[in-house]
Amino acid sequence: MSSLNSPAALSIVESSIPETPQRRHNRTTRIKGRRAGFWVYAGLGVVFIASLFPFYWSFLIGSGDSTTINDPDFSWWPAGNFLANAQTVVNDPAVNFWPALWNSIYSSALIAAAVVVTSTLAGWAFAKLRFPGSKPLLVFVVATMAVPMQLGVVPLYILFSDLGWTGQIGAIIIPAVTSAFGVFWMTQYLRQSVPDELIEAARVDGASMIRTFWTIGVVAARPAAAMLGLFTFVTAWNNFFWPFIVLDRSDPTLPVALSLLQSNHFVDYSIVLAGVLLSTIPLLLLFVVAGKQLVSGIMQGAVKG
Amino acid sequence: MTSTQTRPPAPAAPPHHAEPAARPVRVLGFRQHLSRWDLKFSPYLYISPFFIMFAVVGLFPIGYTAVISLMDWDLVRNSGEFIGLDQYVWILQNPQFWTALRNTFSIFLLSSVPQLIAAIFIAAMLDRNIRAKTFWRMSVLVPFVMAPVAVALIFSNMFGDVHGLVNGILTDLGLPAVPWHKDPFWSHVAIATMVNFRWTGYNTLILLAAMQAIPRDYYEAATVDGAGAFRQFLSITLPSLKATLIFVIITSTIGGLQIFDEPRMFDNTGEGGPAQQWLTITLFLYNIGWGEWNFGRAAALAWILFLIILVIGLINLAVTRALVRDEGARSPKAKKQKGVRA
Repeated sequence: MSSLNSPAALSIVESSIPETPQRRHNRTTRIKGRRAGFWVYAGLGVVFIASLFPFYWSFLIGSGDSTTINDPDFSWWPAGNFLANAQTVVNDPAVNFWPALWNSIYSSALIAAAVVVTSTLAGWAFAKLRFPGSKPLLVFVVATMAVPMQLGVVPLYILFSDLGWTGQIGAIIIPAVTSAFGVFWMTQYLRQSVPDELIEAARVDGASMIRTFWTIGVVAARPAAAMLGLFTFVTAWNNFFWPFIVLDRSDPTLPVALSLLQSNHFVDYSIVLAGVLLSTIPLLLLFVVAGKQLVSGIMQGAVKG
Repeated sequence: MTSTQTRPPAPAAPPHHAEPAARPVRVLGFRQHLSRWDLKFSPYLYISPFFIMFAVVGLFPIGYTAVISLMDWDLVRNSGEFIGLDQYVWILQNPQFWTALRNTFSIFLLSSVPQLIAAIFIAAMLDRNIRAKTFWRMSVLVPFVMAPVAVALIFSNMFGDVHGLVNGILTDLGLPAVPWHKDPFWSHVAIATMVNFRWTGYNTLILLAAMQAIPRDYYEAATVDGAGAFRQFLSITLPSLKATLIFVIITSTIGGLQIFDEPRMFDNTGEGGPAQQWLTITLFLYNIGWGEWNFGRAAALAWILFLIILVIGLINLAVTRALVRDEGARSPKAKKQKGVRA
């Protein structure tokens, strides 16, 4: 460490003597964080390419045919079969693409809506209302975040087969309508964004609890609720383990349908990867529209959490 | 919702409402009674949807898993016979369990350690004053929207033993091809790569948020004192990330030890490899529960997994605390709360 120090130890003295432009530039970078240099952009460029390469790769293979992958004159330029391959996926009776897409859309939307409602209500109570037992209950909620999904799957499966719900989309919605993370998140958010005086003022003016919640809590919670909803939607959409266990192959969600693409003995990767890309398009579109919110949601959750 | 009924009809407060001093002897009117009940019971009403649902789909299954794990479960009769701890004994004596445990840890370490290091460095780059911030931040998060199943299919193809992209490049470079689907270690590397691809960006953003909460004058002072960029990173950035690092490590432990999607999709049989090279605990659980339809054993394995996660989580917490403790003490806690906006 000290060897790193020694050349810079003179920097205070140096500031009084003329600097070369290069040196001045480095110093301002460090102090004010101004203008990142070439290497930062080069590094971020590498990350950018690594993030997008698998998407391009699946397009590349997905636009070829079954021989593309072992073609000796492999080309980095996509061939023209993507739509044909996508059509094969969509028309494959074993995959049930359209039902899977619809199931994914509405189950994820319902789960996201339910999580937002239950989390906002509970978050408001934990953040802003005083009641006996609130602290231990909140600790309990946080502790449940460590419980893995696997711990519940066997009884849930037994329960849903008793009810005759296996194969029903309800079987993947019901277990997902609460989220300990969601409650914790809304609690943290509301605690910081609503001043207690505002609630007291509303109470003094004679507003009931539900009215206070509706006019103050819900309004304040909107940005956090939107992010929680978005986040829950993505997680629900991508979920595989439980849907794979409980759903029928004939009425799946997209990830379950995708998993069937590879289950043949002979795997044609041009079809598989075309299907992968096809199933990812809805979330990519969502990302284009709401990616910015997703980014700031994750970052705010981190600072507040 | 039902408490709408308890709302006082007139929003205007009655005159004596503002005299709390008279409280002990006053006979309350109906309205005040309503208002009191409202105040007392509303909080429980608001948390009840969460807790009721959680009791049904969270607590009950956990307890019931423990019960089933002590049973020999009969799927036809849909009930079981108590056999004590035999299922646990069976699991712990099964060599496949120990292979699965080894694989799970190996994949977990190969994914979490490089991922965390990469995330810290990418976050440090994003923390610089760069142009098009939002664009770069979004670009690291793109992989997160892709389903793990989709990621696994793409990477299984790229890591193909014969015609895979990675082996193609290695052979072109004159290096030997790697047996991704034969050798346990290399299969773990391939699976860990899938996890890293999907999660590095997510953790990067969490760490970036924590970095932005570090007051800039710390760096200014360090620069005046003559500390170089690397030294500042070691002495200011890393210690300030302590709380966030603990959070990231613990969440990735909980998630990482449950890994299922990627190993399941790594080949077309989904059984964890012909010699259990990439059989993980959850994959083993699935094979027992829904391959052999032995729910008692699956439930016992679920509880074992839970206990492992708890133990590792606590060890994580202790180790991370010990490692970053002293340097972290320098920075006051308040600093974290001051959160600079993204």
